Amino acid sequence: MNEWTRKDLLGLEELSAQEIELILQTAGSFKEVSTRSVKKVPTLRGKTIVLFFFEPSTRTRTSFELAAKRLSADTLSIATSTSAIQKGETLKDTFKNIEAMKVDAIILRHSSSGVMHTLAESMGPSIINAGDGCHEHPTQALLDMFTIKEKKGKIKGLNVSIIGDITHSRVARSNIWGLKKLGANVTICAPRTLLPREIEKMGVNITTDLSKALKGADVINILRIQKERQKAGLFPSMREYAIQYGVSKEKLEKYAKKDVLVMHPGPMNRGIEIMPDVADGTYSVILEQVTNGIAVRMAVLYLVSQANSDEQEQ
Amino acid sequence: MKLLIKNARVIDAKSNLDDQLDVLIENNKIAKIAKNIKDKDAEIIDAQDKVLMPGFVDMHVHLREPGYEYKETIKTGSMAAAAGGFTTVCCMPNTNPVIDNQGVVEFVISEARKTALINVLPIGAITKGLKGEELSEIADMQNAGIIAISDDGNGVMNADLMRRALEYASMLNILVIAHSENNDLSFGGVMNEGYISTKLGLKGIPTLAEVTMIARDIEIARYTDTCLHIAHISAKESVVLVKRAKKDGLKITCEATPHHFSLTDEAVLGYDTNTKVNPPLRAKADVQAIKQGLKDGTIDCIATDHAPHAESEKDVEYDHAPFGIIGLETALSLAISELVEPGILTLNQLCEKMAYNPAKILGLDKGYIAEGSNADLVIFDPEKESIISLANFKSKSKNTPFIGRKVKGAVALTISNGKIIYQAD
Repeated sequence: MNEWTRKDLLGLEELSAQEIELILQTAGSFKEVSTRSVKKVPTLRGKTIVLFFFEPSTRTRTSFELAAKRLSADTLSIATSTSAIQKGETLKDTFKNIEAMKVDAIILRHSSSGVMHTLAESMGPSIINAGDGCHEHPTQALLDMFTIKEKKGKIKGLNVSIIGDITHSRVARSNIWGLKKLGANVTICAPRTLLPREIEKMGVNITTDLSKALKGADVINILRIQKERQKAGLFPSMREYAIQYGVSKEKLEKYAKKDVLVMHPGPMNRGIEIMPDVADGTYSVILEQVTNGIAVRMAVLYLVSQANSDEQEQ
Repeated sequence: MKLLIKNARVIDAKSNLDDQLDVLIENNKIAKIAKNIKDKDAEIIDAQDKVLMPGFVDMHVHLREPGYEYKETIKTGSMAAAAGGFTTVCCMPNTNPVIDNQGVVEFVISEARKTALINVLPIGAITKGLKGEELSEIADMQNAGIIAISDDGNGVMNADLMRRALEYASMLNILVIAHSENNDLSFGGVMNEGYISTKLGLKGIPTLAEVTMIARDIEIARYTDTCLHIAHISAKESVVLVKRAKKDGLKITCEATPHHFSLTDEAVLGYDTNTKVNPPLRAKADVQAIKQGLKDGTIDCIATDHAPHAESEKDVEYDHAPFGIIGLETALSLAISELVEPGILTLNQLCEKMAYNPAKILGLDKGYIAEGSNADLVIFDPEKESIISLANFKSKSKNTPFIGRKVKGAVALTISNGKIIYQAD
């Protein structure tokens, strides 16, 4: 119990409730570091962490990089345009080369679901999933849960509604796994064309009616809608989406609980999935999510590094 | 040269034979089938406790030559076939260049004559370059020696072109093999659409992509009164459609692959790219329907869709890996383990699915055992247990999700045209 033994963090599906609780608890103790005037602890001094982002990202990459730096690790950031992938090298070759340079952890974001699952087994360094395709984005869900727990004092028994493009959302999947494990009631809400097949088997309530998703919700998590989905024919127009699924203050106050929390993993389309009066309103904890992201990622880096060092010693 | 096979359990679907017999092979023909044959000059093969069947006929393989010899060649593919008990295979035209004209057909036939251990019969493309735009020179290819036509790998999306292909082919009495896939519905998909694809965040290929195309093609065949063979059916609803078409008296036949009756889409959990195949591994209910379809005769035959790919091509992201599973060397043991052992098929029915029916569909005088017929035979041990292992493969490629699987049934010996072409260690 309360022991972390995994060298990688690939997703929340495979974690137990205890493991998730342990990360959240550990994050709690790291949160204070970022409030100091000298925002650094020596925990990962001498460790090298590579940030490998095959998809554009500002928030997640910055957050991971700051988390690593505040733990005193050395970081190296690689983006696709500067990597050998452009020269036709396979992902596996690239990773074998990075491994040969004796790094301790690799934080990876990639547009293909499952890439790190096949890589992690054969790799010495810790692999941390910073988002793989439409599969998982575990640290985002962890920071969402950390924020909920911080604000509500618990997760068990809360009604959490996730609104938006569920089909293409790794944030939704990781949140569903994590929240279900910690005992929340999860409702997902989207037009039918953005609900993946047989999602009900993940143990969620499903609605296509925003008012139903808002009713009785303690937390609503609003997902970004991408313009390319409209172009792919999944819904008629951004305008219609905004009318049907855009969360406004008016709708919130009409249907949701008085103390509802509004979250968004960013970046936001103001006026589409979230109205400005909600994004910047009193229910919003969106910027606190960002702050908590660093603490959660510090916790993850610390735990996997410890486990990996222990493994190597044995 | 004479071969005398002693004490084999001889099974033949055509004559409904299942008896302990000796078989004498002289030159390239079966000279005699009887009890206690004695012949001093013949080389004796002891087949006690083993089954003798007509050599298997696989109407759906990819031998990759010309163009992709790093994946497989006609020679290595024929070695894999021999090791799997096959004595006739039909190779699909998605080579480079495509088998869509007389010249390429002649190349494949001449290469097969030079290097293949077994009968290799090329399938020509329905449309030039497999592009689905214009018909290939079908009559010309037929004169050069093709056995059927197919755009395997691509659905013929233009319904009018499919109609014309069926009409033109019926005039020539050549079989059309449909790869039934609506590309609009399958676009971008990499695995079966369902709970597993939802969980894994991989884009799904709905059964709908196959089912709607089969429904269309059946109706075109009905309207034009033509024959149609449907390749690799994988969905429950496809079995229903074919069953009804047969009941209506249409000349529709179809095949299923060993991977579609042996694995569900749960095999994709873990993202092993060797599970990536088109049509994709389906849900449990689909697998059960395929088995039921084989049992009740809706599905006429087992074809492997042997689709070799180099290890480096499969060792990439799931999204980017090519579709395909090799199947020649695992087909018999999977069929015995998944179909014969659980009582879905008798050995006699297995013989029908793997030898007699495919030959009949193709109009070949093969796939049966009789005195005077060509000596294409397989001897196998139906009880021998083994674990599928990479080390034993003759195929140039290794892309199979079955490594490590415990199976029953193993080929002992394969005879093609009266010659022993494969013998297990």
